[in-house]
Amino acid sequence: MIRRSKGTMDRLPLDWLGLLPFAIFALLFLILPTLKIVLGAFQGPDGGLTLQNMIDLNTASIRSAYWTSIKLSVITALLGGGIGFAMAAAVVFGGLPKRIRSPLLTFSGVASNFAGVPLAFAFIATLGPVGLVTIWLKTNFGINLRMMGFNLLSFWGLVITYLFFQIPLMILIITPALDGLKREWREAASVLGATGAQYWRMVALPILFPSLLGTFALLFANAFGAVATAFALTGPQLNIVPIKLFAQIRGDVLGNPNLGYALAFGMILITAAANTVYIVLRIRSERWLK
Amino acid sequence: MSYLNLSHLEKSFGQNHVVKDFDLAVEKGEFISLLGPSGCGKTTVLRMIAGFETPSSGSITIDGQDVTALKPNNRNIGMMFQAYALFPNLTVAENVGFGLKVKGVGRSERDARTKEILAMIGLPDLGGRYPFQLSGGQQQRVALARALAPRPRVLLLDEPLSALDAKVRVSLRNEIRSIQQELGITTIFVTHDQEEALSVSDRIVVMNGGKADQIGTPFEIYNRPATRFAAGFVGTLNVVPGQVVDPAAGLVAFGGQSLRIAAAVGQPTGANVSVALRPEALRLGREDAHEAVYSARVQSVQFMGSTIRIGVQIADQSLSMDAFNRSDRTPPKVGETIEVSVTGTNAILLD
Amino acid sequence: MTRIFAWIALIFGCVYFLLPLIGMAEFSLKMRRGVYSFDAYRKVFEDPTFWATFGYSLTLAAATIVVGVLLVVPTAYWVRLRLPKARPYIEFITLLPLVIPAIVVVFGYIRMFNTSSILPLTGSAIGTDFLLTMGYTTLALPYMYRSVDTGLRTIDVATLTEAAQTLGAGWITIMARIILPNVMIAVLSGAFLTLAIVMGEFTMAALLNRPAFGPYMQLLGANRAYEPPALAVIAFAITWGCMGLMQLVTRLAKHERAKA
Repeated sequence: MIRRSKGTMDRLPLDWLGLLPFAIFALLFLILPTLKIVLGAFQGPDGGLTLQNMIDLNTASIRSAYWTSIKLSVITALLGGGIGFAMAAAVVFGGLPKRIRSPLLTFSGVASNFAGVPLAFAFIATLGPVGLVTIWLKTNFGINLRMMGFNLLSFWGLVITYLFFQIPLMILIITPALDGLKREWREAASVLGATGAQYWRMVALPILFPSLLGTFALLFANAFGAVATAFALTGPQLNIVPIKLFAQIRGDVLGNPNLGYALAFGMILITAAANTVYIVLRIRSERWLK
Repeated sequence: MSYLNLSHLEKSFGQNHVVKDFDLAVEKGEFISLLGPSGCGKTTVLRMIAGFETPSSGSITIDGQDVTALKPNNRNIGMMFQAYALFPNLTVAENVGFGLKVKGVGRSERDARTKEILAMIGLPDLGGRYPFQLSGGQQQRVALARALAPRPRVLLLDEPLSALDAKVRVSLRNEIRSIQQELGITTIFVTHDQEEALSVSDRIVVMNGGKADQIGTPFEIYNRPATRFAAGFVGTLNVVPGQVVDPAAGLVAFGGQSLRIAAAVGQPTGANVSVALRPEALRLGREDAHEAVYSARVQSVQFMGSTIRIGVQIADQSLSMDAFNRSDRTPPKVGETIEVSVTGTNAILLD
Repeated sequence: MTRIFAWIALIFGCVYFLLPLIGMAEFSLKMRRGVYSFDAYRKVFEDPTFWATFGYSLTLAAATIVVGVLLVVPTAYWVRLRLPKARPYIEFITLLPLVIPAIVVVFGYIRMFNTSSILPLTGSAIGTDFLLTMGYTTLALPYMYRSVDTGLRTIDVATLTEAAQTLGAGWITIMARIILPNVMIAVLSGAFLTLAIVMGEFTMAALLNRPAFGPYMQLLGANRAYEPPALAVIAFAITWGCMGLMQLVTRLAKHERAKA
């Protein structure tokens, strides 16, 4: 029965019917809502096509929101990626005891999912005005974080908080890639006269490059779309795109509903660009490593 | 002083004593095989020469220089690995030129050398390809070229043929040997395949339990194995019980007949000894030059092509023997009784 | 040398990750002046809204898991059995929720299913609950599909199906009795991850105005001092529990396979 279905054309449409439930779900709850936003971004209040919404995005406040969001996402992706990479590399190549590996990966699974509202609470309890570390530094070393210009409810406070889910996500994704580096490559390089640095520069990093950049794109999108952590930490006033959109959806603070579409469209555009980079590079890396 | 010297090499991993008091002196240009079953320590010896493992004690010298404490990248050694260890992100030419590049050799010289060595291994046109576009045999050729390009002092081969098809395996091993002879490069070859070791080596080191059991030319190893292990591991061997008849004359009795095995035997008259016979030491039919003719019962006949392997029973012992296939003579049949000739000079006395 | 750097990297990471956890745990115990106490937890547990929102999110998580399984298992199975050609497209769609931020998806919902549309789901509480469940299903889709598809890879779908068909089994029997039990581990592991995601989710529930656990936590955080860290500890325990159970079922499965 299965063999028969392969060649015959008349059975083909029936086969495709099996995907109907999934297709309907994806259309109704994923693709059409997104398309609605995309279309709405190019429609005026009367429903006619226009670029006015895009032009309206070009205000100081929205420009700065995008800029802050991009900066936040790039910095947390770079820092989270870098630190996560260092930790994964430490466990895979650093000669640390093997027992560490499994707990670290489990913990990364937990921490990468421990985002949102409770994460903000944890950081307020630690680095907030009366947080554990803040008080400890003040009473024991006389260091006043606030006087030094640190504020958890600022851009850099947000960066530190976001790293809590960015680093583990990096560890989870990059560890298998590091495992994929064969011992023979390192040995072949060293026997050919390469130093450790030369091996990393000429072999390991180029091999990892697609996964590294791809993971960077994923971390970027992860931070770019995050609402809950920032909202619970700073409330609605912080000027980043997802929070602006959140406020806009709740109360149409921008006045023009179609501007909300444009704002959301901008988010899609940016995360889609990041992920296109990821997919293209992923295909390249898989070609090498089969 | 030989070109490559391993003296009193020892290696332990925790409680596990992998290499024990290993000595080997290799002349310049020699092709040496380390032969043994898995876990015998042959790969560990090779990895110590490469510098991936540090000996627990003992020393390694190459061309008079003590390299025991040297890092792998300072030893100027070439190595081929079991799995294709080509760098997947580099083209064939870039792989081959890698060793020269890290040594700081200029582009034009590098290109010339890469071209020359790719021509030598018979892949002159594949310089622009990536490893994933090559067959397994081609990848291993490139790996050989990459190892040879920086003109290493010693070439190490870590079972480089074991992942290949039988046909490619034979042609590549012959090619490796001819390139090795052409360049006169000192080579250490690790393998568990006795046929491979016998066919290409100048000398073979038979390893067992971390020690060198016997070191000798393929001819010596095969025909005069020093130990029971060496005898059993290399080639097929029939071992039968014998009794010393005349120690001074080297006469040993088996199956009611005497064989003159050696000039003199160490054991006294009447001592029980083991006599080993290669399948080709037994001859089908009555041969006048041979000392003993046994009556044997045919138990099995395997037609192999140019030879026929016959399982026979002589004096309650099962032995296998090889006979050349001749189109004018039909092989014996199972159950038949035939005559088999044996001469003592082809037998080996085991301790 | 490398080892020293490795230890530094690891210890730095541990300090960074443990401090907030210690911080929230410590803070949650400080409600009573001068001594550590569980007052904050008591306050939380005495709050009926806590139980109501917790129960609501739990119910929605269960619904999400059921919808997710019913949607993903047959689809992944069908693609493996009959439509390997469709695989890249299906995979692409299942990865979309990682690309399109949740806030954009829910924004689309609000505009597409509003009271003046053909499908006015947001008009009623039950309709909105349904919509929220669908939203959560899309959030969980990348993980669920991947998990199930990996699970299906380890069994020979075509042979199992043919064997069942020669014995006279229909499609529903095949799905329920053959395929589902074989990918149960994958389904469970996807389910626990879904549970962890749904229990803490804030954006979708807040924007659809449903009384879920995430918005409740946020609201409490804006108004109280000691209860939020207690909630954070509870939320962390839930996440840890879900991940622990995930590991457990995977390990049990490996054990079982080793025995067989």
